[in-house]
Amino acid sequence: MNEFPPIECKSLSKVYRGIRGEQVVAFHDISLQIQRGEFVTLIGPSGCGKTSLLYMLAGFETKTSGDMLVDGKGIKGPGSDRAVVFQEYALFPWLNLRRNIEYGPRERRVPQAEMQVSVDGMLRTVGLEAAAMRYPHELSAGMRQRAALARVLVNEPKILLMDEPFAALDAQTRLSLQRELSRLSEAMNLTVLFITHSVEEAVLLGDRVLVMTARPGRIFADVPVSFARPRDPTDHEFNDCRRAIEDLLKQATNPSVGEYAC
Amino acid sequence: MSMTKSDGSAVPRADVSFNRDAVMPRLDWLCANRFLRGLVVPFLLLALWQLSASMGWAPSSSIPSPAAVAEGWYEWIAGPITPLAWYSGTWLNYTLLSLRRVATGFAIAAAAGTLSGLLLGWYALINDLFENVVNFLRAIPTTAWMPFIVFFFGIHETAAITLIAFGAFFPIATTIAAAARQTPRTLVRAARMLGTPSRKLLWRVVLPSTLPAVFAGLRIGLGLSWVLVIVAEMLAVQGGLGYALWSAYQVNRLDLILAAIISVGIFGLMSDWLLVRLAGLSLRWQRGLVGQ
Repeated sequence: MNEFPPIECKSLSKVYRGIRGEQVVAFHDISLQIQRGEFVTLIGPSGCGKTSLLYMLAGFETKTSGDMLVDGKGIKGPGSDRAVVFQEYALFPWLNLRRNIEYGPRERRVPQAEMQVSVDGMLRTVGLEAAAMRYPHELSAGMRQRAALARVLVNEPKILLMDEPFAALDAQTRLSLQRELSRLSEAMNLTVLFITHSVEEAVLLGDRVLVMTARPGRIFADVPVSFARPRDPTDHEFNDCRRAIEDLLKQATNPSVGEYAC
Repeated sequence: MSMTKSDGSAVPRADVSFNRDAVMPRLDWLCANRFLRGLVVPFLLLALWQLSASMGWAPSSSIPSPAAVAEGWYEWIAGPITPLAWYSGTWLNYTLLSLRRVATGFAIAAAAGTLSGLLLGWYALINDLFENVVNFLRAIPTTAWMPFIVFFFGIHETAAITLIAFGAFFPIATTIAAAARQTPRTLVRAARMLGTPSRKLLWRVVLPSTLPAVFAGLRIGLGLSWVLVIVAEMLAVQGGLGYALWSAYQVNRLDLILAAIISVGIFGLMSDWLLVRLAGLSLRWQRGLVGQ
């Protein structure tokens, strides 16, 4: 077994061309490691390059300089080992739910019988057995995001990259999906990078919270969150941590490295 | 449905809805049936036409009455085939000729146009190579090709089919290309992330997400095919509804001109209906998404 961290960035930078041809530094000199089974939440002001970082790890975008390794190897494009869950669900509207979940296994040419079993299991896990034959537009937002989660988890990925997946959901649905995600990521020993705008969500889910600065983005603070799960957002401990991270987020416009541990 | 206060008494409520029955005459049998409702206006138009002919509002020499058209049409359909009456008994034959030309020409345009549209819309290189040529050819009205095509193919079936296929190709290809270019990026990324290699994206993502536009393009192309078959038959080939139309004009048979026009209208409508039904079947996933 190799002991490379599942995700590693070394002095990673991303520069892209703006609309007038000018150079825009999305983020600069980012170094980070995410260990196996770790759940890392990433928070930062809009436009700090969070999504760029995630899309680069997913293989949708290329790096400008530095190193970006998955299991110790360079990234050569997208792959089903790195599952991505998008804010806008990105389910295929022309496929019913079952077909959407089968998409990955079919592309990997998983035998029919085996696929049947794993898709059935996945539908049960996310509680969508009854909606299996419905099309995405017939489902509620929460059900769509559940389906999007099922569609990637059925491929048994090691890494889960999530780009503000629950931002468009109502509070109740978000809470239940957060719980499910916590449970599933632990059960499947997933390594997760989770982008969010909500400090509460970052503290609720993360083993570590990374705070990024405004553009050009850097990692401003790396806060371990060590208290036990399931976490209760009304706890004193929780609120102290949340307040601290909110302070860090405010400071994140000032260029000095913050340190704090919950 | 009345609201109640906490003590149980009814809250007075202004009645804002007006009583439809009191305002409009009740035509339940008509309102209940959508098919019947659709026939009301065509029937009224037909009645108006007959009325204006029988009341002498329009001289019968310029506008024949529906009855006169029906009479001429009947002879065109069921009359004896004689060398003296050029049209008698030829309707079915002419109709089949036109239908076959439209079907063949449109089928070629649909296949070539869909494929080219997807390729032009999805591959930037193909678009850059062909964009100018396509736009130039598209700017030329298809009918302008008529003399050239007749010169090239002669008075022959191929001339009509080529004109239709060529003319219907461009709207189909450009409509589909524009839609394929708009393929949602997240869906492409989702497919790549789930293991689709980039060479298969066209088939897996671009085509299905473009399918509504494919049918929109095909519909435009089909409409144009009917225009072009009439032009081709009037100018270049023997037989067909367009040929009958022109022959009737040359012998001043206004009743037959109208009969031919109505025939074209009916078949145009039917072919469009067929295409829409076909689209409805393959766009099941879209139901409720648009135009509900």
